[in-house]
Amino acid sequence: MSNAPVDNSRRRFLTIATAVVGGVGAVGAAVPFIASWKPSERAKAAGAPVEVDISKLEPGQLIRVEWRGKPVWVVNRTPKMLEQLKAHEDQLRDPASEEPQQPDSSKNGFRSQRDEIFVAVGICTHLGCSPTFLQGAFGEKVEGTEDGFFCPCHGSKFDMAGRVFQNVPAPTNLEIPPYSFIDDTTIIVGVEEGVA
Amino acid sequence: MFGSIIDWIDQRIPMTRVWNMHIAQYPAPKNFNFWYFFGSLAMLVLVNQIVTGIWLTMNYVPSAEGAFASIEYIMRDVEYGWLLRYLHSTGASAFFVVVYLHMFRGMIYGSYQKPRELLWLFGMFIFLALMAEAFMGYLLPWGQMSFWGAQVIISLFGAIPVIGPELTEWIRGDYVISGATLNRFFALHVIALPLVLVILIFLHIIALHEVGSNNPDGVEIKRKKGSVAEEDKAKFKFHEYYTNKKDIVDAIPFHPYYTVKDIVGVVGFLILFCWVVFFAPAMGGFFLEAPNFEAANPLKTPEHIFPVWYFTPFYAILRAIPDKLLGVVAMGASIVVLALLPWIDRGNVKSIRYRCGMHKLNIAQFVVTFIILGWVGATPQTDFKTILSQITTVTYFMFFVLLFVYSKNEKTKPVPERLTK
Repeated sequence: MSNAPVDNSRRRFLTIATAVVGGVGAVGAAVPFIASWKPSERAKAAGAPVEVDISKLEPGQLIRVEWRGKPVWVVNRTPKMLEQLKAHEDQLRDPASEEPQQPDSSKNGFRSQRDEIFVAVGICTHLGCSPTFLQGAFGEKVEGTEDGFFCPCHGSKFDMAGRVFQNVPAPTNLEIPPYSFIDDTTIIVGVEEGVA
Repeated sequence: MFGSIIDWIDQRIPMTRVWNMHIAQYPAPKNFNFWYFFGSLAMLVLVNQIVTGIWLTMNYVPSAEGAFASIEYIMRDVEYGWLLRYLHSTGASAFFVVVYLHMFRGMIYGSYQKPRELLWLFGMFIFLALMAEAFMGYLLPWGQMSFWGAQVIISLFGAIPVIGPELTEWIRGDYVISGATLNRFFALHVIALPLVLVILIFLHIIALHEVGSNNPDGVEIKRKKGSVAEEDKAKFKFHEYYTNKKDIVDAIPFHPYYTVKDIVGVVGFLILFCWVVFFAPAMGGFFLEAPNFEAANPLKTPEHIFPVWYFTPFYAILRAIPDKLLGVVAMGASIVVLALLPWIDRGNVKSIRYRCGMHKLNIAQFVVTFIILGWVGATPQTDFKTILSQITTVTYFMFFVLLFVYSKNEKTKPVPERLTK
């Protein structure tokens, strides 16, 4: 080192400039590492829409299909089930489906496009367990009802439109996926007119 | 000849100096009791986990298709595979047993108090890393409980406003827990977190040796230089690093005194540990849960899902609160509040031996609370247990609130000038 006097402002400028450029480089280098954790192209492709044949779905019956690895329920609700939905609205957190948990086409009293056919993602909105369909045995959980969904993990309760009851850990109604009717007996889950 | 080899090495790396400074001439208080076994036992379990873990990776297949079958392969076909796996799975629970006892020791003897705050914080970071390590390891067998347990814990991040749903997708690498999640957890479990743990443990020990161990009396053995008469100083050779700065009383060198004592602890521990490994590796469903003997099925949740026993107290706090975000916040707070203990406790007296009756009661209620929370979190929910978990969640946090209040002007017993027995 020479004995030349130190130019402190120049030294400070160089220190800061080096730190800033190095910092930008570090952030840039972090991008691929962080982004590589996102769902891969294969995972996205596996999330393609699925067709469901509902021609053999009996009244009161529930079938599960897999869409994006999640269980999707399709339920053929009986007129009695639909009837009961109106009876307990005062016990629900979000009876009118104000929270954006469904496409607009299902934002109605039955949370469905056709009254009897109910389509929902069968995953509890609390911590992701799959609730159990208690057909005719839901009265034990909520008085005055007959059918509903009960989550075995933390006791959240949902009615036959996937609406959450009060005083349970789940914060919102069950999610309704985008879906459409290809014809009278076939549903496609994952796409809807105008909705991806 | 041997001496000249040592000299040759010492001129190139400070082997003898480090040995003396940290082992042979390291001053430790003379009154350690059995509570002081658990630090060295935690190191023993760590070594067990690393060695058995390396051997397990030799036969484990980290993929959604192959994981469950490869565990069965290890259990049935690999020579001594069952032993390696049970040593590893029992070791995970043993790790938490000794770490909880180690932390409790710190609580009753006030080992977190000044000047050991940073030592305590490193310990809390080790605890966090250990929880992450255990959680990710539990996904690897790809059983039902692995899958759904991970589903629940990752969904906790979904409670964070705005970024929650995207964050969970990023952690999973898929729309649900899948092979992508399994592979990244495998990478983190076998490489990233063990490295973090080893670094943190290194820092924990460096911090410990800088401030010195606390002891059951909570009386410092390092006194101001020149304040202790020659005949009162401990009659051992300690490293100059310590004696140049302080006068040392009531201390003995770590080696051979505590190395020999720790061997006694190791023998006792291994008797219990081996009993579990050989006779009760599932420990009645507490160490290995029954639904995990069934392969993961993303479309069917087991009837009851619980984390492994060491997470249940915190899990019970999560379940106690009927609101998703607040439940997650309370669970996080229950761990953060532990880390803040050095600043919550405003007392000057460290050891429970000389603290007020209120403090003894408070510690006792905290133990009872922790056990009840653990039990509630490990059993199916009922109305009674929901209320019980809500009460114990309150008493859990009350421990810290009360401590903060009474420690300010606490009526303590006289603290002895020197270590008692």
